[in-house]
Amino acid sequence: MTNASIYINGLGNISPQKTSDSSRFLDDPLYFEANRLTCLDPGYKDYIPADMIRRMGRIIRMGVAASKICLKDALEGSGAGEIIPNAIITGTGLGCIEDTEKFLASMIRNNEEFLTPTSFIQSTHNTVAGQIALLLGCHGYNFTFVHRGISFESALTDALMQIGSGDLENALVGGTDEVTANSFAIMSRLGFWKRKPVSTERLLSDNQRGAIAGEGAAFFFLGNKKTDHTYARLAGVETFLKPGSGSEVIDRLHTFLLSHSLTTDHIDLVVLGLNGDPRSDEIYRQVAGAVFRRKALAWFKHLCGEYHTASSFGMWLAAMAIKKQTVPDATRLKNAPGLPKEVNRDNNPIHNVLIYNHYRNTNHAFILLTKD
Amino acid sequence: MTAHVCITGIGITCAAGNNVAETLASLLEEKTGKSDITRFETIHKGVIPVAEVKMTTEALLEATGHSGARNFTRTSLLGMKAAKEAVESAGITEISRHRTGLISATTVGGMDRSEHFYAAYLADPAKGRLIDIVGHDCADSTERIAEHLGIRDFVTTVSTACSSSVNALMFGANLIRSGQLGCVIVGGTDAMARFTLNGFNTLMILDKNGCRPFDEHRAGLMLGEGAAYLVLEPEEIALKENRQALAVVSGYGNANDAYHQTASSPEGKGAYLAMSKALAMSGLTPGEIDYINVHGTGTQNNDLSEGMAIQRIFGDRVPPFSSTKGFTGHTLGAAGAVEAVISILAIRHQVVFGNQGFTTPMKELNIQPVIHAQPAKIQHVLSNSFGFGGNNSSVILSKVVGHGKKNV
Repeated sequence: MTNASIYINGLGNISPQKTSDSSRFLDDPLYFEANRLTCLDPGYKDYIPADMIRRMGRIIRMGVAASKICLKDALEGSGAGEIIPNAIITGTGLGCIEDTEKFLASMIRNNEEFLTPTSFIQSTHNTVAGQIALLLGCHGYNFTFVHRGISFESALTDALMQIGSGDLENALVGGTDEVTANSFAIMSRLGFWKRKPVSTERLLSDNQRGAIAGEGAAFFFLGNKKTDHTYARLAGVETFLKPGSGSEVIDRLHTFLLSHSLTTDHIDLVVLGLNGDPRSDEIYRQVAGAVFRRKALAWFKHLCGEYHTASSFGMWLAAMAIKKQTVPDATRLKNAPGLPKEVNRDNNPIHNVLIYNHYRNTNHAFILLTKD
Repeated sequence: MTAHVCITGIGITCAAGNNVAETLASLLEEKTGKSDITRFETIHKGVIPVAEVKMTTEALLEATGHSGARNFTRTSLLGMKAAKEAVESAGITEISRHRTGLISATTVGGMDRSEHFYAAYLADPAKGRLIDIVGHDCADSTERIAEHLGIRDFVTTVSTACSSSVNALMFGANLIRSGQLGCVIVGGTDAMARFTLNGFNTLMILDKNGCRPFDEHRAGLMLGEGAAYLVLEPEEIALKENRQALAVVSGYGNANDAYHQTASSPEGKGAYLAMSKALAMSGLTPGEIDYINVHGTGTQNNDLSEGMAIQRIFGDRVPPFSSTKGFTGHTLGAAGAVEAVISILAIRHQVVFGNQGFTTPMKELNIQPVIHAQPAKIQHVLSNSFGFGGNNSSVILSKVVGHGKKNV
């Protein structure tokens, strides 16, 4: 599908963990007694002009700051003084829900009178991508995907395709989602979240239905050239809707890997999107049990929670693991219930990493990263 | 990356018509879709005209074979109806014969129902019917349409404000060109909502007279609703399946104005870049464009910056142009696809459509739109769609020459 190799040359991750400093790699994981996780404040004033911070909704701040961290990180390997990307491509499941709620609430409470436009203006799903373009003065390709659990993967697909074809040399690609008190309450009523707080460290031992809510903004600077600072090569992405069974997932996985001349034997680390909901985690157990025995397994949603673009945290984890050739203890799935027992692979190089994530067993995605 | 992208099917449901044939008739007979608000209670009823689809939600349920079902948003139903028409018009009987995708666009998704939920929820967080909120997110309508058509291989949703569905078309065309898909249905859908009506009203850009694009006295847009979809296939498959290619996608461009979150730059930099990129990709010169279906919302800001950008590209040889939003209203996330379908109708019927509401030329520009439908020789049409967030996109659609067995 692609003619050029595509590399991750920079990243920026704002999450409920101390990830905004790219020199650290989950060396001090934070655990909570919670069913909702919120992003740590990275010190927004370092990234966004003060007068703008005040007006911006939280997801916009998160997205803009993560993109700045990413571009600054990418600068290290570029030898340039500044990076203006060829394209800005974002994914978000629910977009700017805080502003959407604000405008809805004032419209309803004031019976459509005396409304101000700010929250309406900021409610559109493309606000984060638009604000990044505005702050950078970037006139290039600008795009926002909004498809539930594959919003981020759709953005990756687009970037891979256009860098691969030579239409773009590079692209800033990210996933952003926020959780608000109202969205949490409404999605709780829909049965998305666990009713009672749980210890996030022991999330997989909790039997309550539902996941823990989370949020984040993770950006990646993708380019067609390897630099001194490259994290990994983004080899491929595949998404599909509503597989009929675990075996369909496995079939699609084999086909996906084969299209990259790989088999499951070649995968050194599998990053799974387990979220602690016993119902939707079952499919990971089926797939891992069938094809990922004796592999290093990792997970991350106990650290960032579940949200539509959570796989962007997963890709951050995978890219960092390849670059640093280590899997943080906090993410390792050792002796997790129902999953294959992990073997000690501490000394094995991490070359090929597969991320398998699904959202409520509806939107499924594979992302493949390799060392070179 | 060289597969020619053919458009082999089109479908539309908008204020100007419930399907392609009705929409074409309205455009030729110059019948506007303008009406009073009937879909929901609002203080703006009788004050601000809109362009509603002339089908009740019950009628849409029946038309899509879901009579009595309670779990569909109007956005989904509009999309299902138009997408089905597109697939049927292409003559596709077996949707999974080639690797097939659906790229759908929307700006507010299921807001037509979630705003009702939210009113009850605000009064009491334990209240509000959950069936009214489950379809809130933008992907809901897309997955409903995918299920209606039987598509599972590649399904995603685009939301870039008012340029959304041109971007869906672009992304879909790239997936065809790169060989990732053998067929893709692209388009967009948006239902009228109190949320958007009030949103645009706070910006004071809803014209109480309906819209008057490119008129000196224009005072804003006319909010519409609707859906439109196009079937894209690589030429090789279109030929093999003996499809009739209605038009080909010659070029497209996406750029960001990077000027202001909602306002366009006075000189229309983003618009200029989007049109320039589309022209460059098509290999056409500006002189080869026979008709421009402009974004032309009727707001002070859009028409000025779009007009400036057009004059910059076409100089003193601006081709016939018109905004068809006086017929369809501004259908937001569906607008780009609605106007792509209208552009194909212009090519198929060799006609330039009129521009409702125009009487006085703008003093800043030396161009004016075509007022009434008129026959024209049309080989290439440029269609523009611009939106909040600085998102500007243009597409060039062309008459088929020598493609497809049944064609021309």
